Amino acid sequence: MLKFIKHHMETIAGIEIYPVISFVIFFVFFIALTVYVLKVDKKLFKDISNIPLDSNDTNHDEA
Amino acid sequence: MSENSQKVGLETFHYDNTTVRNFLIATTIFGIIGMTVGLLVACQFVWPEANFGLQYTTFGRVRPLHTNAVIFAFVGNGIFAGVYYSLQRLCKARMYSDLLSKIHFWGWQLIILSAAITLPLGMTSGKEYAELEWPIDIAIALIWVVFGLNMFMTIIKRRERHLYVAIWFYIATFVTVAMLHIVNSFELPIDFMKSYSWYAGVQDALVQWWYGHNAVAFFLTTPYLGLMYYFIPKASGRPIYSYRLSIIHFWALIFIYIWAGPHHLLYNSLPDWAQSLGVVFSVMLIAPSWGGMLNGLLTLRGAWDKVREDAILKFMVVAITCYGMATFEGPMLSLKNVNAIGHFTDWIVGHVHIGGLGWNGFLTFAMLYYLIPKLYGTKLHSQKLANVHFWIGTMGILFYAIPLYWAGFTQSLMWKQFNPDGTLVYSNFLETVTQIMPMYALRAFGGLLYLSGVFVMVYNLVKTARSGSFQPTTEAQAAPLMKDYKPEKSEHWHRRIFEWKPMRMLIWSLIIVAIGGVIEIVPTFLIQSNVPTISTVKPYTPLELNGRDIYVREGCYTCHSQMIRPFRSEVMRYDPVDLEYSKAGEFVYDHPFQWGSKRTGPDLHRIGKKYPDSWHFYHMLDPTSMSPGSIMPPYPWLFEQEWDKERTPAKIRAMQTLGVPYPDGYDQQAVSDAENQAALISKGLELEGIKMSSDTEIMALIAYLQRLGTDIKNVEGVTEGK
Repeated sequence: MLKFIKHHMETIAGIEIYPVISFVIFFVFFIALTVYVLKVDKKLFKDISNIPLDSNDTNHDEA
Repeated sequence: MSENSQKVGLETFHYDNTTVRNFLIATTIFGIIGMTVGLLVACQFVWPEANFGLQYTTFGRVRPLHTNAVIFAFVGNGIFAGVYYSLQRLCKARMYSDLLSKIHFWGWQLIILSAAITLPLGMTSGKEYAELEWPIDIAIALIWVVFGLNMFMTIIKRRERHLYVAIWFYIATFVTVAMLHIVNSFELPIDFMKSYSWYAGVQDALVQWWYGHNAVAFFLTTPYLGLMYYFIPKASGRPIYSYRLSIIHFWALIFIYIWAGPHHLLYNSLPDWAQSLGVVFSVMLIAPSWGGMLNGLLTLRGAWDKVREDAILKFMVVAITCYGMATFEGPMLSLKNVNAIGHFTDWIVGHVHIGGLGWNGFLTFAMLYYLIPKLYGTKLHSQKLANVHFWIGTMGILFYAIPLYWAGFTQSLMWKQFNPDGTLVYSNFLETVTQIMPMYALRAFGGLLYLSGVFVMVYNLVKTARSGSFQPTTEAQAAPLMKDYKPEKSEHWHRRIFEWKPMRMLIWSLIIVAIGGVIEIVPTFLIQSNVPTISTVKPYTPLELNGRDIYVREGCYTCHSQMIRPFRSEVMRYDPVDLEYSKAGEFVYDHPFQWGSKRTGPDLHRIGKKYPDSWHFYHMLDPTSMSPGSIMPPYPWLFEQEWDKERTPAKIRAMQTLGVPYPDGYDQQAVSDAENQAALISKGLELEGIKMSSDTEIMALIAYLQRLGTDIKNVEGVTEGK
């Protein structure tokens, strides 16, 4: 399947950079995510987290 | 529709309970079947004759049946039951299409049935947790798409604008499992029920464990986390402890999980950078996993008095605790020094069963106890019996896991113990097996306890169902979403971009998990120096190839590895003359790779030429004749069945397509070459007084075993690249 591209890159210098790149991508992503959740309005999260408990069934089979 | 509801624009609709109930029944039935088969294989460790002398019920074929049944039938149906119940209620909408629901349900059961037939028949692709052959693989992909379509259309026509976190987990599950399944199942069919993995050796191993690890992540974990985020608030009557934490939990978990696969291949013939990548991300995985666990447990803060009485909450607490234990243990096992001890031992089996029995099993039971009374409009028949089940099940988990931890440590230390003069204390592998036999017996007892608890549950639930009447639908009311709704500028971007947009959610989940896959796998495919070639490693002869197919068919990889790690204790044990560990370049023609993941028996990578042909002959006929006390079952059918002449040319052609350098037109010559080699082996055996037709399968298997790991011994200097 990959034969046609297989031999285009016979070697790569410093392949060790791959794990470093991946770690950096994740770290930036994680920090951004943390900043986001800390900035969001508390009340909003409170509303959302009540969705499963918001019973709209009419025949009362829900707890 | 009442007058009042018309005034406020409410729509009345009905949730579909039938599909939910069907999946619940399926998960129960297949749970019992999968666990019974598990108990059978556990007994075969203690009494090898428990294979009933049949090839169809021998360990190597039945163990994949157990894993497939538990993962895809028990947990799979559990996922679908939970998703179909919670998704409708979280979206305030009936499932999009009853027809799709039906196709999904019956299609999935047919897949399970075909697995239950083909695996005992030895039709297997030989890749752990992905053993099913190509037509079933295609069926799985199609049914999975039906599930996804049904789910997405339901989400699109929902009446609740916001997508609750459980739905995020379902979406991530859908896209990632689709991606994993398709990439890992690339195989070249040679006929209806036989194919070869597209990848070979190291590449095959890397793809397989990228799949295998993430099957745990995205089939056994993320969907169940979604269920946890729905059913814990439901059962306890409280919202999740921290919704903020659940967002971090979700994105961090799916981002990190996908990278961790290489930790299954530490000290294997895998490039160092890939191993390090696996270790780092596995350790980081503790953070989101424990975040999720604490989020679940802390939801119950202030409700512990309820936990004391309510069996459902008890099951949930133990399930989440087991999740926490397993996700702490996983990263620990990913550290190279710990992995050196745990890998290939029963520790790993104990570890996965904490997850399987504790996390998946107990959460499924909690869901069953919660849903069956609801769907039948009644109360649980007996809280007391549910509590009995809880305690039997918990004891079962302990009796299962603790002996295996003990066994794993004991055996690993015995493998590595040296005498002062530098020789191995336990040079006979079998000594390290007989030492842990009592542990195997205890493990089987633990499994029996756990299974007994399930029967108690079934009795309780049947009684419950009989006391009520099934309600095929549940009526509900909600206002529809405004069609031309535009979010306010003041709304946060994350909500505008993701949390109201299911398709974007899907695409971003896919991008997140694909980044991991691409960075991890692609370099190994692109760069030749990552898989050093060894000039003396040659393709298998046609007879050896047939022998290899028999090795795959019998599931030898379920007990034997083909991967000698670069430890003194391993090269001393498995290659005492040349002290060669396994090199990546030795596997370039292995479609599929057969490194294995557990050593119930010794490693076989350097078994070639270690013993005479007659040793293998007698050993396969009756293992205890050559190794007294062995728990390997006999394989008498190999002495009756004939090796596959008919398909040999097709096999050679398939290998050529996959890049194995047989000369052009070799497929026409292959059968006669194979016959000659078989005749040679048969003649050699005759000199030792054994009369056996050269057409029997044992000839092909002996040819393969005698070839294993011998190629690099024909040279003075091995050309390892890099």
